[in-house]
Amino acid sequence: MGFHEPITEIGEEALVHPGTSIKVVTESVAKVTETPAPKGWWMLFAIAVSLLGVFGGTVGYLMWRGVGIWGNNNPVYWGWDITNFVWWVGIGHAGTLISAVLFLFRQKWRTAINRFAEAMTIFAVICALIFPGIHVGRPWLAYYMFPLPNQMAIWPNFKSPLLWDLFAVGTYFTVSLLFWFVRLIPDFATLRDRSKTTVRRMVYGALALGWRGSNRHWQNYERAYLLLAALSTPLVLSVHSVVSFDFATSVEPGWHTTIFPPYFVAGAVFSGFAMVMTLLLVTRQVFGLEHIVTMKHLDLMNKIMLVTGTLVGYAYGMEFFTAWYSGSPYERYVFMNRAFGPYAWAYWAMISCNVISPQFFWVKSFRYNIPLMFVISIVINIGMWFERFVIIVTSLHRDFIPGSWGYFHATIWDICTYLGTFGVFFTLFLLFIRWFPMIAIAEVKATLKEADPHAAHGGDDHAAHAHAHGAAE
Amino acid sequence: MSAEAPRRAPKKRVALVLAEFNTTGDVLHAAEKVRDAGYQKWDVHTPFPIHGMDRAMGLSDSKLGWIVSVMALLGISAAISMYYFMNGLDYPIIIGGKPGFSPPAAFPVYFELTVLFSAFGTVFGMFHLNRLPRHHHPVFESDRFAAATDDKYFISIEAEDGKFDVEKTKGFLESLHPSHVEVVEEVVS
Repeated sequence: MGFHEPITEIGEEALVHPGTSIKVVTESVAKVTETPAPKGWWMLFAIAVSLLGVFGGTVGYLMWRGVGIWGNNNPVYWGWDITNFVWWVGIGHAGTLISAVLFLFRQKWRTAINRFAEAMTIFAVICALIFPGIHVGRPWLAYYMFPLPNQMAIWPNFKSPLLWDLFAVGTYFTVSLLFWFVRLIPDFATLRDRSKTTVRRMVYGALALGWRGSNRHWQNYERAYLLLAALSTPLVLSVHSVVSFDFATSVEPGWHTTIFPPYFVAGAVFSGFAMVMTLLLVTRQVFGLEHIVTMKHLDLMNKIMLVTGTLVGYAYGMEFFTAWYSGSPYERYVFMNRAFGPYAWAYWAMISCNVISPQFFWVKSFRYNIPLMFVISIVINIGMWFERFVIIVTSLHRDFIPGSWGYFHATIWDICTYLGTFGVFFTLFLLFIRWFPMIAIAEVKATLKEADPHAAHGGDDHAAHAHAHGAAE
Repeated sequence: MSAEAPRRAPKKRVALVLAEFNTTGDVLHAAEKVRDAGYQKWDVHTPFPIHGMDRAMGLSDSKLGWIVSVMALLGISAAISMYYFMNGLDYPIIIGGKPGFSPPAAFPVYFELTVLFSAFGTVFGMFHLNRLPRHHHPVFESDRFAAATDDKYFISIEAEDGKFDVEKTKGFLESLHPSHVEVVEEVVS
């Protein structure tokens, strides 16, 4: 069992370029952390840290003045803050999908990108968690979100989806962090054993926990890996489902619909893959990792984006159908208003970015075209942001009583808060690719031909061996 | 490290014999022979888990699943009792005419805490079974051992093993076609 059956003869293409040996994998991944950062990294880091400064200033001002600086109004109580929260949580989903769900489906190609995607998950969830925290408005009352009694000894209501959300996102963050760390241990040991300076040896040594590659350890480790994957798979599906409950359990036309959980999960995977793609294309270029993250990987990711993008398109259509079929005038109005009302620009931006743009990936040459996939991955992320914006704002801005209708205008502070979270995300991410092994060294090695203990026998003997092993297990 | 001049000569004793192999096939077949020779306190060190090595070493199945099962039950019990205590017992609040404690209503919380507790059980259970973190181990005394996290494969037989004899064990490991064999000593304080 486990991820460690090497790729053999089942018609799969090699997952690294020919000639990439075990030694080369160690070298090319570890080298990134050992040599001075390329100029490109410093440029990106400078931008990221500047945005981090914008974030600090904006949140500081928000704490000083309160949420009134945002465009949120009556009736649009949830504006960019919750849009950004849902968007960032969704981004995170691709990491878990790659590291857990694709593992359970024995998709070995994920080994080259899973570390990367999982790091993205963790940083995206950090960005997401910022929003409910600062949206509270009175930061000294942020503890209301936790299962703690308030000043009148009243506990939170366990029937509220907002409380479920705290448990879901909190668990998701914790489990993702644990999973990520567990898989970093052997690679930290690799960096420790290559270190030339005392500082590196101490730091990576401490992080590696004294890992010595023992097979008695690998046995429990592989089991832990399998269990964490098995736990993360339903977890990742639950997280965006619970986020969608925040909307679906309210009696608000446009939100009160049973399609939300699967629709949100598909959208989350879609946007997450797009974000992984954007980051991956830049990183593999800057750090020269084309022989490990090959065109084949990018092709497979594009296919997943095509599938999930089409699922999301189906959900958009089905929402319209359900609204019509419900016979409820409020439901029908909300959807007509979405497509043709004052927010039609946002709706059609969403449709073109999310439903139309991934359709290019039906064509193989487009799936192998790096500039095109880079542009589409960014377009998809914009589209997914619009999806959350459309769901949240268009449903709220015209509710039951026309006298209370309104329109949402984002302020400069909305924009700065959103841009600021990119600073948080990219600062963490750039530090990660600089100092951590950004590709799962041990896992990539395990998929190489050299890793197969029977490869040396060659030909038919090998197949017989593999069969005997398989039958015995 | 041993190059630094110590104040007094440290007392050393043989800790283990370490054999180095170049390919996964060699180390797998060697491990089968070490297992068949009846050694108990020995180990294989590899940069990644090798398929079939658990059987070659004759290891029994990992016990981690049991730890995780217990933690999962603990997680769901913790969630239900927390809900019961907070909303049913200590301060029931009537919202929407529903009872304070209504078991199906907080199902997402039960699920999330079950997963959370299980994940802690998995990670810390794995650390416990592996006795990690352990930053000091005699194998690290070998200068060649750094390659165990790169592209070389090692078998170590510890001196504490009942069948251990420096010369015989070294000779035995040399017969398994390793690329190098060394006797590793550890400092006794």
